[in-house]
Amino acid sequence: MTMELLIASAIAVLTAAGVYLVLRARTFPVVLGLAFLSYAINLFLFAMGRLVINRPPIYDKAAESYTDPLPQALVLTAIVIAFGMTAFVVVLALRTFLETGVDHVDGHGEEEAGS
Amino acid sequence: MSGIAPLLIAAAVVTPAVLGAAILLTLRHHLDASRLVSLASCLLLTGIAGALVAHASDGTIESYALGDWPAPFGIVLVLDRLSAMMLLLTGVLALVVMSYAVATGMDRKGWHFHPLFQFQLLGLNGAFLTGDLFNLFVFFEVLLIASYGLLLHGQGPQRLRAGVQYVVINLVGSTLFLIGVGLLYGVTGTLNMADLAVRVAAAPPGDQGLIVASALVLTVVFALKAALAPLHFWLPGAYSATTGAVAALFAIMTKVGAYALIRTGTLIFGADAGAAAFVAGPWLLPAAIATTFIGFIAVFAARGLREMAAWSVVGSMGVLLSAVAVFRVEATASALYYVIHSTLAGAALFLVVDLIAYRRGEHGDALTLAPRFRQAGLLSALFFLAAIGIVGLPPLSGFVGKLLILDGVRGAPGAVWIWAAVLITTLIGVLAFSRAGSLLFWKTTEVEGEIPTRALRGPVAGLTAAASLLAALALLTTLAGPVTAYTRAAAAQLFEPGRYIEAVLGDAAGGRR
Repeated sequence: MTMELLIASAIAVLTAAGVYLVLRARTFPVVLGLAFLSYAINLFLFAMGRLVINRPPIYDKAAESYTDPLPQALVLTAIVIAFGMTAFVVVLALRTFLETGVDHVDGHGEEEAGS
Repeated sequence: MSGIAPLLIAAAVVTPAVLGAAILLTLRHHLDASRLVSLASCLLLTGIAGALVAHASDGTIESYALGDWPAPFGIVLVLDRLSAMMLLLTGVLALVVMSYAVATGMDRKGWHFHPLFQFQLLGLNGAFLTGDLFNLFVFFEVLLIASYGLLLHGQGPQRLRAGVQYVVINLVGSTLFLIGVGLLYGVTGTLNMADLAVRVAAAPPGDQGLIVASALVLTVVFALKAALAPLHFWLPGAYSATTGAVAALFAIMTKVGAYALIRTGTLIFGADAGAAAFVAGPWLLPAAIATTFIGFIAVFAARGLREMAAWSVVGSMGVLLSAVAVFRVEATASALYYVIHSTLAGAALFLVVDLIAYRRGEHGDALTLAPRFRQAGLLSALFFLAAIGIVGLPPLSGFVGKLLILDGVRGAPGAVWIWAAVLITTLIGVLAFSRAGSLLFWKTTEVEGEIPTRALRGPVAGLTAAASLLAALALLTTLAGPVTAYTRAAAAQLFEPGRYIEAVLGDAAGGRR
């Protein structure tokens, strides 16, 4: 029971932090928020294979039951894609800042946005 | 599994992947050679898609198991009437857009245009063919990653700014996609779409809530891709900031969202899905009607031609999805016809606008008074035809498409609203485009002189590419009979998912239903 609670609350906290950061105005917090969201999703996908302890994921003669290996493969794919995308967003955000001089996601500076 | 069809299905995905990589690795510094390979690939894909349409038109559903892993465990590519049609549409559009890009020399404005273009086609073709939900996510990512590169092609501050927003919103969308897929896997233990259809139909009552939740999460994701209000804000900025050719290719990107809505809505969450049966419909319909109004009213308010074209894509997505949201055979058939039309018309409009903006020099695409520009007569005719196409006036196929939709949704709940939305927004669209056209082409004489322009890039070939899309619209109108027969059959096939499931999982599973 405790493990379920820990996993569920970890996903909840990561998602909440991710959503909050994605809604910020500047690109750097947004990139961090996207990273947090992808961590939350990785844990979530992993948990969708049910939480099983001390069971093998692949065929074994001695095994009585198994843990689901598929979510682990899905998580691996998701990690690769999220990693690549994070790198891309960082470069894109940096390039945009260098070219426009503004690091706001909406493309307006503080004086224009009136904040 | 016999004959050449399975090979062709694989080739539709493998060709752009191999050729894209080949261009990137060996032809990076040889522009002419990479153009040649790129055009050859588009031509080949169109040919393959044509053969596949011919193969699917008799109602066969062909399933190709990758690596020969049996169906629910391995990944399958599935060809039915709908996916064959989308492949052909992608092929034709890609061929025209690629010719335009080569003719106007826009592919030399930045690096790696041709490999990115091929990877975009890989993502599109894969998304239309795959029979696996997680694989659909992967192909979505492939086409998005390529689209990020294409969107930024040529760079510039405005494009970069639009690019950041486009990338961030799509990454959030991908996150939601994974939540939806994860939920569905957690409940059913499978990702194969045919297998999902079987298991969702057999799900115990306790799991219905989770299935409905995942259906709605997936609907939000696909609605985001399809630029459905209130998730449409990314589109006008992104499409009006990028180059004309890329925007024209992106005309099919929103249709991927519509395709995924139709596919999952009829197969996984179809009539047999219990509490989740057509659960997206009541949410989609008001949003689609709102999108129609928002899109065409914004066309009226736009300050530039590119913005007009982008907003008219939003508006036509509204018309399209209001027919999809009804989830009836006749309405879906009309929606499929409108998919073909709105893709070609939207792309044609973007190309014509690009041609005009180039010839107006420093005035660009802004709706302001300017001196006469070169080839104004010819371009006014093209603009007139493209506007007729996108708004949906006779004699082009937009009129047929809208008429079919009005007829197809008759008797459905909310049909009155769809009728009102389609008819009123057509009027608004006509007003907006005639105002823009008269400003561009008639009022120019009030200002003295002619705009001095740089030498015209491919003065004839660029025009031909744009004109060929308009010719395709005319062809779509004259061939409306056979095309509607095909879309009707495709819609009928979609609403009888038993055959699809049987083709993927074998007879036993088909019989289980």
